[in-house]
Amino acid sequence: MKNRLFTLLTLLVLVALALGACAPAAATPTEEPIAPPTEETSEEPMATEEPEAPPMTETTLKLGYTASLTGNLNVSSGRQDKGLQLWISDVTAAGGFQVGNEMVTFEPIFYDDESTNERVQELYTRLATEDNADFLISPYSSGLTGASAVIAEQYGKVMITTGAASDSTYKLGYTGVYQAYTPASRYLVGAVDLLQTLDPTMTRVAFVHESDQFSTDVVAAAAAYAESLGFEVVLNEAYDTGTTDFGPFINKIEAAAPQALMGGGHFQDGSTFAKQLFEKGVEIAYVTLLVAPPEPDFAELGDAAFGIIGPSQWEPLAEFSPESAAAAGLEWFGPSSAEFVDAYVAAYSEQPSYHSAGGYVAGLILQKAIMDAGSYDPDAVKAALDAMDVLTFYGRIKYDTSAESHGLQLGHSMVYIQWQKDDAGTLLKQVVWPLEGASAETIFPIR
Amino acid sequence: MFDILLPSLVDGLMIGFVYGLAAMGLSLIWGVMNVINLAHGPIIALGMFGLYLAFNTLGLNPYLALILVALAGLLLGVLIYYVAVQRVLTAPHLSTLLATFAVNMILIGIGTAIFSVSPYNVDFSMGSMDFGPVRVLWTRVAAALAALIATGLLYAFLFRTRQGKNIRAVANNRVAAELMGIPSSRVLALSFGIGTMLAATAGGLIATFFPFTILAGGGYELRSFVIVVLGGLGNPLGALVGGLILGMLEGVIPVFMQTSWVPVIEFALFVFIIIIRPSGLLGSRV
Repeated sequence: MKNRLFTLLTLLVLVALALGACAPAAATPTEEPIAPPTEETSEEPMATEEPEAPPMTETTLKLGYTASLTGNLNVSSGRQDKGLQLWISDVTAAGGFQVGNEMVTFEPIFYDDESTNERVQELYTRLATEDNADFLISPYSSGLTGASAVIAEQYGKVMITTGAASDSTYKLGYTGVYQAYTPASRYLVGAVDLLQTLDPTMTRVAFVHESDQFSTDVVAAAAAYAESLGFEVVLNEAYDTGTTDFGPFINKIEAAAPQALMGGGHFQDGSTFAKQLFEKGVEIAYVTLLVAPPEPDFAELGDAAFGIIGPSQWEPLAEFSPESAAAAGLEWFGPSSAEFVDAYVAAYSEQPSYHSAGGYVAGLILQKAIMDAGSYDPDAVKAALDAMDVLTFYGRIKYDTSAESHGLQLGHSMVYIQWQKDDAGTLLKQVVWPLEGASAETIFPIR
Repeated sequence: MFDILLPSLVDGLMIGFVYGLAAMGLSLIWGVMNVINLAHGPIIALGMFGLYLAFNTLGLNPYLALILVALAGLLLGVLIYYVAVQRVLTAPHLSTLLATFAVNMILIGIGTAIFSVSPYNVDFSMGSMDFGPVRVLWTRVAAALAALIATGLLYAFLFRTRQGKNIRAVANNRVAAELMGIPSSRVLALSFGIGTMLAATAGGLIATFFPFTILAGGGYELRSFVIVVLGGLGNPLGALVGGLILGMLEGVIPVFMQTSWVPVIEFALFVFIIIIRPSGLLGSRV
């Protein structure tokens, strides 16, 4: 009887948990965003024009977005939110930017999405209807962004997406959703190029990746690219989100004897994978993992981090400047990398990650589009975004305007970092690809 | 194939000992007081963080730190019992479920506030040794041994000490035990404490080989439910056997098929055991 009761209750709990995950949560009141930095932002990072003729009026636009202050995305999303808040603060500190006879600033309308699709759908509907947000910024992650983009499109709001690399959102015929990140399909392409540059005789490569949409998209594109260059893909396998024991995969990798390994997924699994590869002493010359290596916390792995390469949307070491913009025939816009990093460190007492830069640049793109349009009418802003081709501290921004993949990021490229050691034996990140932006030579082979 | 199968089997069995230890805590609490402890997952995660703090801030050897983690787990369990469980123990089962679920949410909330959901890592290694195609990590061997020792100590406590016999008496018949002068409330508090101690200890052992977050206990909690049904409800030794079976499945299945089949097979086994042997492989016994 007791046993049946336990079984019954256990099943009840499992069903309740599943139902709970599907049920919409009650809306919570608007929270204050992460403490906006104010005093520290004395620089003039935006290309703000001097007001010319009186009378100037002040206009405050509502900028709606959610961030994952709770749930499993809170670290990356929190950094993205800080970057966006810094941009809002910079605009405010500069007295706004000029659009016609108006000085435009932004009022953030912000909610915690709890890292769930259900909350995102509920909250973006609220932002678009009840809060009447003028423009939207996406939440963090491809999954949450996909859920929010459909709502932005439905209500005719222009949305800049950031922290969202998956290509699929931009293949749905949306006209007002614009991507800041390099798409997933180009995430590991540079890693394949780097490998071929390091040793053209390398032929055997293995892909082991998380089974979520983002990682699957990335690896599918990278594997096809590798095969097109003549590599033999000796293993291509996915592991479930939440996997902690990579022993079976490592045994398979050793049996397949690849010379290079690429894959991973997100921070938790990527760092666990790297640690176990090291502990098991897997003999492999080249390892590139998604998402985890660029994070500063990756260094907590100690020697297991050494030699691991990771694609990054942005690194402070990769220097884009007005000079490089001029050399490339592009317009420069916004602060330099050093100005962004200094302001971020002053505001939050921590180094920015690429998520932070992604948050800032999402705001910067919107600002540039409104300035170019000379209006905050959504159609004019969309036209400006379609025509945009600009270089920022984060890299180049240019959009696909075709009907098939409208809003997909075309201009931006990944940089690749590798964990190396300085003379004192301390782990540090170095940019190793592209070569023109490299801060150090690649350590190869790593084992 | 054999070159992959054998190391995967050994890896799976090693981790299976720790799964078993984690499930033992859930099993004991159910066996003694019919409470499903939904705070089991975050307690495992707190065990991980306890070991991390003792190792990183106090500089203790992880296995020495494990003793502190176990003691802290015991005290935390006793505290949870008196604060959240005792008053609803005789209420319908939904009340104890909700009470422990509330504790679960509180622990996760506090843990997220302190540690965020960033991964943490105990940078500790004891190296490895090759036995033919099998490479054995000594941290996993140590964890398996620690799980075996903990099981042995639990049985010695339950069958050789007065307090242990009191626990078994209360588990068998609480009213009769009280009539014999056994202070059932204290015994139940101790049982809950031992259950959480086992969970925290398992968490500490897992931290020696996997990075973790405050949410990391959830997966082990789900596994513990399956293991408890598999091995025998309320039977700690059954939990250890169930853990080994689950670990072995997780090690071997990916050799033959995609890992997405692992939960399918695990839960199919769960349903199969419920149908053909509802009391689990080793039957229920405390």
